[in-house]
Amino acid sequence: MKVAATLRVNGIAYPVEVEPGTSLLAAVRDEVGLTGSKEGCDDSECGACMMLLDGRPVNSCSYLALQAEGSEVTTVEGLADGRDLSPLQTAFLEHGGVQCGFCTPGMLISATALLERNPSPSEDDVRIALSGNLCRCTGYDGIVKAVLAVAPAAPPT
Amino acid sequence: MSFATATTVEDALAALAGGARPVAGGTDLVVGARQGKAPLPESLVAIHRVAELAGITAADEGLRLGALTSHAEIASHPDVVDSYTALADASAIVGSHATRVHGTLGGNLMNASPAMETGGPLMCLDATVTLRSGGGGTRTVAVSDLFAGPGSTTARDDELLVYVEIPPPAPCTGSAYVRLEYRRQMEIAVVGATAVVALEGSTVSDARIAITALAPTIRRAAEAESALAGSDGGETAVAAAARAAAAASTPISDVRASERYRRAMAEVIARRAIGVALARARGEAVPVPASAVRP
Repeated sequence: MKVAATLRVNGIAYPVEVEPGTSLLAAVRDEVGLTGSKEGCDDSECGACMMLLDGRPVNSCSYLALQAEGSEVTTVEGLADGRDLSPLQTAFLEHGGVQCGFCTPGMLISATALLERNPSPSEDDVRIALSGNLCRCTGYDGIVKAVLAVAPAAPPT
Repeated sequence: MSFATATTVEDALAALAGGARPVAGGTDLVVGARQGKAPLPESLVAIHRVAELAGITAADEGLRLGALTSHAEIASHPDVVDSYTALADASAIVGSHATRVHGTLGGNLMNASPAMETGGPLMCLDATVTLRSGGGGTRTVAVSDLFAGPGSTTARDDELLVYVEIPPPAPCTGSAYVRLEYRRQMEIAVVGATAVVALEGSTVSDARIAITALAPTIRRAAEAESALAGSDGGETAVAAAARAAAAASTPISDVRASERYRRAMAEVIARRAIGVALARARGEAVPVPASAVRP
């Protein structure tokens, strides 16, 4: 039986009607209509579906939409300011961090969350933080360079 | 299917009494359903907004961790890192950062995977869980009595794990949890080992060793403990204890490793865990997580 709920996504409240077992990813893509977040593995291995839930990254394919009611959801669509890309998004373009683009929304979300909790990550910090996000095109180098480009240099350890 | 969100323990217990199953971070339950392990329960009660189940309280009598305490909170809590270090080692490597901020200690325990990270440390640190049920029922169970088999616990379906308590460790105690892993995030222990050792002077006065992903449940390895206790904690004793831990294991072959490989690695991983625990007991700083330390 479908349940009515309100999801706040990128600052806007959307009324939705979903089954109890509907994932946050399916609700945001199919009910809200924001298709930036991708379904890759559908079981939390690949990170393509990653969103922020109250600022913390979540694999939205494996999180129940109804549990997100009352929380603030941020998707890749919420990172840009209108048509102005965030510095991280711009860096992804400049450093060749995007090829097919399928992993990019999750990578951007994961990296945004990393920079939020650690504004000056080392290369190793970036690689570990992005290990939950799989990319089959770039070999990760461009992605890691892009994240490091917007982070002030970490103090030497 | 039905779904309700509880905001108090009483609400949650009433839902469980009516046949609902609890969901907190969903990092086992929902992922398991996606993987086809088991369908989602017909009736769910979300407990992630029950405030009284959240947070870590430190006291002279030890530490109390609410069922909703996330792995991220555990791994960064100064008391856990200082005095219950094996638990910090474990929580720091669960899943990815996304898993650690949503996945809970209560869920990790009640999912009862033989490969779970927190079970070995909690068992060796003498932790207990407190289970509540409707009508005022409360009981406290040692973590070592909680696991009945792969994915199954000794808790009844109408019981909710409300908190975990860990007594303060003896002076000069060091602990560590180490796992064999193939990937730096989103990994499940191929094999794992926990060691908690106490020193009196240069003698090991007490040793607790548990093995992970090497038996149908996480379990202590008594033979390994007696090989280490009373010794000087030197190379010979550590090697004997590690061999005994491997001998106590009854691993399976699956997609991640063969039975033979697991058995061989059990000794290596147990040796590393014991080594780090002894180093910490001697006051050496070994950073969390111990699994990232390469000998």
